[in-house]
Amino acid sequence: MVSNNRLMNSISSFFRQVIRYRTFLLMIMIPFIYIIVFSYIPMGGLVLAFKDYKYRLGIFGSPWIGLKNFSYFFISGAAGRVVRNTLLYNLAFIVIGMIIEVFFAIILSEIRGKYFKKLTQSMMLLPFFISWVVASSILYSILSYEYGLLNNVLSEPVNVYANPALWPFILVFLRIWKSSGYGCVIYLANITSIDSQVYEAADIDGANIWQKIVYITLQHLRPTMVIMFLLAMGNMFRGDFGMFYQTIKNNGILLPYTDIIDTFVFRALLSSSDVGMSAASGLLQSVLCFLTVVTANFIVTKIDPEYALF
Amino acid sequence: MSEVNAALKSTSIKIDSDRIAFNIIAYIVLGSFALLCVLPFYIIIVASFTNEQTIMREGYSFFIRNFSTEGYKIILKNPATISRAYLNTICITIIGTAISVFFVSMCGYVLQKRDFPWRRGFMLIFYFTMLFNGGLTPYYILCTRYLGFKNQFYSLILPQAFSVWNMIIAKNFMRTIPEEIPESAKIDGAGEFLIFIRLILPLAIPLLATLGLFTALAYWNDWYNCMLFIDKTNMFTLQYFLQEMLNSIENLRIVAEKSGLIVPVLPSESMKMAMTIVVTGPIILVYPFLQRYFIKGLTIGAVKG
Repeated sequence: MVSNNRLMNSISSFFRQVIRYRTFLLMIMIPFIYIIVFSYIPMGGLVLAFKDYKYRLGIFGSPWIGLKNFSYFFISGAAGRVVRNTLLYNLAFIVIGMIIEVFFAIILSEIRGKYFKKLTQSMMLLPFFISWVVASSILYSILSYEYGLLNNVLSEPVNVYANPALWPFILVFLRIWKSSGYGCVIYLANITSIDSQVYEAADIDGANIWQKIVYITLQHLRPTMVIMFLLAMGNMFRGDFGMFYQTIKNNGILLPYTDIIDTFVFRALLSSSDVGMSAASGLLQSVLCFLTVVTANFIVTKIDPEYALF
Repeated sequence: MSEVNAALKSTSIKIDSDRIAFNIIAYIVLGSFALLCVLPFYIIIVASFTNEQTIMREGYSFFIRNFSTEGYKIILKNPATISRAYLNTICITIIGTAISVFFVSMCGYVLQKRDFPWRRGFMLIFYFTMLFNGGLTPYYILCTRYLGFKNQFYSLILPQAFSVWNMIIAKNFMRTIPEEIPESAKIDGAGEFLIFIRLILPLAIPLLATLGLFTALAYWNDWYNCMLFIDKTNMFTLQYFLQEMLNSIENLRIVAEKSGLIVPVLPSESMKMAMTIVVTGPIILVYPFLQRYFIKGLTIGAVKG
């Protein structure tokens, strides 16, 4: 009886709170419903990875088949290939990208010519603004076997679109081309926040510019670099679908070197309509992503709680 | 004394020579990388104005040879297809950006209110979607089978209409607005929603500009949702329209036939490049005016409290 009363009390106080904060609740109602529909309901749909999806029967009516979707994904060798590619590409993007971004941030911060600095920064940011469709069109005009600019310059024509081993280099280069202008902004902002007195003191001590870069600027940037590196590592298993899909299209010759989890999931779903395998590879990706993000965030929290995601 | 002076002088010369060496390297490296970033745009502009036979014979090049506007002529001769794609993209970008910026900033505002007791719980629910998601497969089936996303304009707007990441940026920004401002209005009897619209939004204009810029860019450059959900040609967005043109010579032929121009060889290469320019044009045109807001905006969310 007593516990029943307490329950009633807490329920009524809950409703009183709902009424009291109704405006706030209404204000976040639509975003809340949005993420429930577009983020949480699809999570439930992950059961598809363990089902033999039949369009007629829908997600919940389709029969369970245990781990069959996974076994095919692993036995066919696709799993190893796409996970390896995703991992290696991301690693290259993160490490090489960061070196280049920090490099240009330092140069931009040291350069005195105001207009030159503004102009070059604008030029470097431009590729970030275009879509991967346009970027792929540009890439084609340079690499195309028949008409490409590259083969016009080279004496011996190379058929880049039939040579998979070249693509890791092309894609890393493309990535740097498209996003390092954007990436260096955060480091540049960080350098600008260094107290100029530190540099003045170094000047008096007779430090040259290289010493100042190594002992002051880089030291100051180090925490940001570590954090950025860890945050990027958290997304190790999430590939840039737009980039890979638009540049490679469905060129089968290139796939061994360029197929990543995201493109694999997409092809399995829409080209070969293998919903089960698509869901299985997607589930694998989601779980790997979750584990890496949580681990990365745990380490970030240890280093500097300011930057933690949650 | 003179020895000390001499020593100082030699170090200052040393410093100067280091500075000069650094400057030479810096200007050359930075200048060439910046050129490399814009050079490809120049190449496609050149190609789009080059006569098709010349491209066929000699390939793409750095200089315009045999100037021709054939590619543009064919595309613009029957503007129905491309102008339709333009119209679609403009509408989607405007509507989508307005919706997204409004809900993202409102949600961010509420979730940082200290007097809202459930903000932590809601925040957790929002955060979690950044850590774990169902992936493409269930999402696609949900949208096409249960939500009727096939060939609807809302399927080009809804998928990008809310972003938890942007909401967190908004929340961090809203924190920098002094709490006394909404408090004083509350004493005057204004409701929370009215406070948000009348007081907070005008103070958050830098935030709205940044979010608007990023969101508009994402809508403008979107081809993914169009590829997933749309197969009617008259509903294509610009980027997807370009993608379709680049991917198949067949699509180019259809456009050429509709234009009514009789051409001996289909100028597919210059058409592709002309199309790329027509699609990218507006971005290149507005870019010089917007990019400084963009740089400013990149650091706006970095304020964490």
